[in-house]
Amino acid sequence: MAETKAAVKGNKVALEGNEAVAEAMRQINPDVVAAYPITPSTEIVQTFAQYVADGKVETNFVAVESEHSAMSACLAAAVAGGRVMNATSANGLALMWEILYVVSSLRQPVILTVVNRALSGNINIHCDHSDTMGSRDTGWVQLYAEDVQEAYDNLIQGVCIGETMDVRLPVMSCLDGFILSHSYELLQVQEDEDVQEFVGPYKPDNPMLDIDNPQTYGPLDLYDYYFEHKRSQMEAYPPAKQAIIDQGKRFGEAFGREYGLIEEFMTDDADFIVVAMGSTCGALRDVVEAQRDNGVKAGMLKIRAFRPFPAEEISDALSGASAVAVLDRASSFGAHAGPLYHEITSAQVTYSNIIPTNNYIYGLGGREILPEDLSSVFDDLHEVAEAGQPTEPVSFLGLRE
Amino acid sequence: MPNLKQLSHREELLTGGHRLCPGCGEPIAVRQILMATEQPVLASNATGCLEVSTTIFPYTAWKIPWIHIAFENAAAAISGVEAMYQARKAKGEIDEDADYKFVAFAGDGGTYDIGLQALSGAAERRHDFVYVCLNNEAYMNTGVQRSSATLKGAHTTTSPAGTVIPGKNQDRKDLTEIMAAHDIPYVAQTIPGRWMDITRKAEKAFELEGPAFLNVLAPCPLGWGHEGALTPEISQLAADTCIWPLYEVEYGEYNITYTPKEKKPIEEFLEPQARFRHLFRTDEGAEVRKAVQEWVDWKWEQLQNKAGD
Ligand SMILES: Cc1ncc(C[n+]2csc(CCOP(=O)(O)OP(=O)(O)O)c2C)c(N)n1
Ligand SMILES: [Mg+2]
Repeated sequence: MAETKAAVKGNKVALEGNEAVAEAMRQINPDVVAAYPITPSTEIVQTFAQYVADGKVETNFVAVESEHSAMSACLAAAVAGGRVMNATSANGLALMWEILYVVSSLRQPVILTVVNRALSGNINIHCDHSDTMGSRDTGWVQLYAEDVQEAYDNLIQGVCIGETMDVRLPVMSCLDGFILSHSYELLQVQEDEDVQEFVGPYKPDNPMLDIDNPQTYGPLDLYDYYFEHKRSQMEAYPPAKQAIIDQGKRFGEAFGREYGLIEEFMTDDADFIVVAMGSTCGALRDVVEAQRDNGVKAGMLKIRAFRPFPAEEISDALSGASAVAVLDRASSFGAHAGPLYHEITSAQVTYSNIIPTNNYIYGLGGREILPEDLSSVFDDLHEVAEAGQPTEPVSFLGLRE
Repeated sequence: MPNLKQLSHREELLTGGHRLCPGCGEPIAVRQILMATEQPVLASNATGCLEVSTTIFPYTAWKIPWIHIAFENAAAAISGVEAMYQARKAKGEIDEDADYKFVAFAGDGGTYDIGLQALSGAAERRHDFVYVCLNNEAYMNTGVQRSSATLKGAHTTTSPAGTVIPGKNQDRKDLTEIMAAHDIPYVAQTIPGRWMDITRKAEKAFELEGPAFLNVLAPCPLGWGHEGALTPEISQLAADTCIWPLYEVEYGEYNITYTPKEKKPIEEFLEPQARFRHLFRTDEGAEVRKAVQEWVDWKWEQLQNKAGD
């Protein structure tokens, strides 16, 4: 996030990540929220339910009996015609999985906060990205927040990204479980009216509640049309990428914090670039600075938008480096490396910009990532650059072997 | 309650030209139910025969707003549509005098089995909707597999009659009673063969505020193995044998809406159907029939007690 000169209005307040998300939801004041509790996102649902109980929002809150029904009700409510939000984590997201595809296929801008948590088994409540990585092909836009401020900001922008007329896609706004969801941070909360003005009124698109124009949503679609429908769905992702850029700019103009698809931190002249997503980027910034203090040309590339995947932008951002490391907070079991690594090395090949790249899997089930772990990655990159190829395709940080 | 002539003037909301089998009980029930209100109706539909046969893209047989999402969530889907309606109405974005009706259609698989949780949740939350189970006693869309609505002794492709096992081993789950136990305003069982019964029950279900559950026995000529033309008669035999009693529970009050003059032996219902044919060929089959008769007698007696008859 880059601070711009725009006047900073609103209040600096200390909020936990979950509270900040609930606060953004209150300010957005969606028509329907259908949600089900799960650690570590429960507090979002609880806090929002209290807003409803206290009349602070006009939202119709549906306390459903499962996440499967939560996403089903959200989808149907969105088709009916209105703004719809929801929050979940891990197993809850997994239970929604079948419906996630239908939401994007029906092109409904449902906004879902995912507080990232490890998938079972064994059951674990702490952070990793296995849940949202598991749903990376469901057709949802995915934004990952580095800190609580960004989680708040992303949710507000997410509404505008999803509702852009040539996009109309659902958006997952992701923040790291506990690390962000349960940490207090001093953040800038904008005025209610300003948030309202930023998101604007909902623009319906063929709403089901238009009873004078009855339509059939979700028909049987066989080999004679399904393929064309999927092709036309694919058309929505380039505009979604553009919408992320446009709304990030607009947000910067309105509130002084500008965002893009990726963020390059000291990458311009960097020999060694470490790529990461989520809260780890915060620690990485410090480590990069420490490396620079030691004369190492270190840099960080933060992936904010994982879907649509900014392949070309990433390839460009890495092009000047002599060695790269990709940090994955999830495993893609049976694959030769982690999911982010696959996408990034594939982008390098596609855009003919191959840089030797190591992969590190870290932080599964909430395992801490320490500055010394991150420093060791930069140490490895000297060898990678020398070898001109990955020295160890996949290694693990903070693991007892 | 409108008379037959008046009903005949009401618009057909599920048009002809759909691809359901001749004699299928489902569209007969759907048309009669949709005729029971003159208010705008919006529908959700679970995956199943009705859904796949009426909406083959680029065609649709529905003249009302209709949504299908998946197999197990017709009740969750309609709660979402209804929730948005209430939200928009509360904000004054929909005319305050509007009286939209919400209906979910699902098969027995989508209701008794995989959709039970979503149905129970939506009923408990007291959304204002009518849930219609089109019960053809098996998963017909996928090729006649057993469900928990399948009668004991029935041959299905996952409870086949073999040399050792004579069809399905278990009695049908009593879902109507499970829904009555949710203490919702209205629960009823009906058949497509008695137009007055089904239309009157649907009318009540639409009119009462809050959730209503209609369980409609919908004969399936293909899966049950009978002539398509016999659908109304077969459903009438289900009522006459008390294998499918016609009754309603209105605010907890039980009311049997059809008492056969003479309760027929279950064989009159079983015999015309190929799915029970094996029960008429062996001594073991006769045992199964006896067990089903005893179960029917027991259930009928229980129901009469509840109704104070
Ligand atoms: C989650 C899921 N499991 C299984 C299926 C496959 N399936 C589609 S329809 C169906 C059976 C439908 O049976 P029922 O609900 O009784 O409706 P009918 O076709 O008999 O009217 C099944 C098993 C599915 N679509 N989704
Ligand atoms: Mg069925």
